[in-house]
Amino acid sequence: MDIIGTLKGLLTDSGFASLMAEGGWQNLAMIVIACGLLYLGIKKRFEPLLLVGIAFGCLLVNISWFYSKLSSGNPDALFHQDLWDAFLDPSSPAYHSYGTILAHGGLLDILYIGVKAGIYPCLIFMGVGAMTDFGPLIARPSSLIMGAAAQLGVFIAFFGASLIGFTGAQSASIGIIGGADGPTAIFLTTKLAPELLGAIAVAAYSYMALIPMIQPPIMKALTTKKEREIVMKQAREVSKTEKILFPIIVTIFVVLLLPSTAPLIGCLMLGNLFRECGVTERLSDTAQNSLMNIVTIFLGTSVGATMIGFRFLALDTVKIILLGLFAFSLSTVGGLLVGKLMSWLSKGKINPLIGSAGVSAVPMAARVSQDVGRRYNKNNYLLMHAMGPNVAGVIGSAIAAGFLLKVFGG
Amino acid sequence: MSHIILDANDFGLSFLGVGDAGLTGVLGYAVVFIGLSLLLAVLLISGSIFKAKAKKAAAVVMPSDPAPAPEAKQAPGSAGEVKLFDVPDKEAAMIMAIVADKLQKPLNELRFISIKEIK
Repeated sequence: MDIIGTLKGLLTDSGFASLMAEGGWQNLAMIVIACGLLYLGIKKRFEPLLLVGIAFGCLLVNISWFYSKLSSGNPDALFHQDLWDAFLDPSSPAYHSYGTILAHGGLLDILYIGVKAGIYPCLIFMGVGAMTDFGPLIARPSSLIMGAAAQLGVFIAFFGASLIGFTGAQSASIGIIGGADGPTAIFLTTKLAPELLGAIAVAAYSYMALIPMIQPPIMKALTTKKEREIVMKQAREVSKTEKILFPIIVTIFVVLLLPSTAPLIGCLMLGNLFRECGVTERLSDTAQNSLMNIVTIFLGTSVGATMIGFRFLALDTVKIILLGLFAFSLSTVGGLLVGKLMSWLSKGKINPLIGSAGVSAVPMAARVSQDVGRRYNKNNYLLMHAMGPNVAGVIGSAIAAGFLLKVFGG
Repeated sequence: MSHIILDANDFGLSFLGVGDAGLTGVLGYAVVFIGLSLLLAVLLISGSIFKAKAKKAAAVVMPSDPAPAPEAKQAPGSAGEVKLFDVPDKEAAMIMAIVADKLQKPLNELRFISIKEIK
């Protein structure tokens, strides 16, 4: 056995040597970014359930896939960006070939199939549906208008992204960050602009975690003290039958209206039907616990794996982060302005603060409405009232994604 | 950032002009509003049906002049009817139980008129 040769081979094949080779600095920078994201997820608790997985996926890919080994195919890599580029290239023999991915891919490539095929975001939506009580929305259907208004940021950010040089499909994926709905953003981006997935997922989940910091100044700026102090009357009680019929009605109605929303709306409402129908407790329990947790692990790590240095470290990532913040803030503005309008129309019966909850991000955005409301009136409990626009926002962002998919999808 | 070929259509892969981008944005926002407004209409209609049903049900359950509760059906037998002559309640109960046992009949199928101590 050639001991010297073997040791030399081990050294040249090691990741440490690759970090020093061409493009290695990008991997090094991504390792630092991954550690930063891990710090935010673990220490600062920024959406830890997803951010920890995303950050670790990013770490794993940047210590196993190197630009300098592109010609040798990076045999030890957990995720192969080059395989996925070939998957999307019609001139490549591997075009749309999951077989090639299964034969040559690493662990995270195989997990990523669930993202690419749009399975994980839909299963997450099923869990969200099983965890969500649509009662406040059924009791006060006018909340739907606030949920619609809070999609303002999606379309203005889309417009802004188009103006600064992104393609239509990329702009649509960037805009959907304003919907403040992680699974929807991942679903749409995977279909339209997979090369931006890492940046968009990080931006979407970071801003969702930062809602308690982003929204209150906007809420304060757009409402008067008198409006913030409005105490809302308790909404009517919703019967069991209404709760059972709701997911069925929404599915039929929304999917017939916009068929491209079927995967997201269908899964959201199926999960909710499991919860409400009263005869599928076991399925509801699985959808909102075991299944949700398993899919969250797969989704987080495989999305993180798309954050490969040579693609993530670009000016476009900075633009996406800034456009995402812009989209998020404008969506809050849209919800608040319609909240104010409804407050005026109802002669002060509706507190406009609940409008900001229309940006989805269930239930964080509703909690922010509650917190800001209580800051100005200790006896004000807005949480259940804010849950109406909050869950309406989930449906609204799914419709927005369905529209963008219809317009720009292949 | 390198541009790869995507699952997007030609319109998605092109760079949009101000007019196209603006029009798409406005149309998209309008579609979200229209979709949710139509859903609002459906929910308002179904809500009013359920509210009316609930009102009707409440009216049936709580009428303005509640009818008197029906008199509880008296069990056949001796309860409250048997006349006791110099016999304490406890002994009368024992006698009725013994008779029922001897006759192999449930106590509520028997009718005792009176129990009298023979001196």
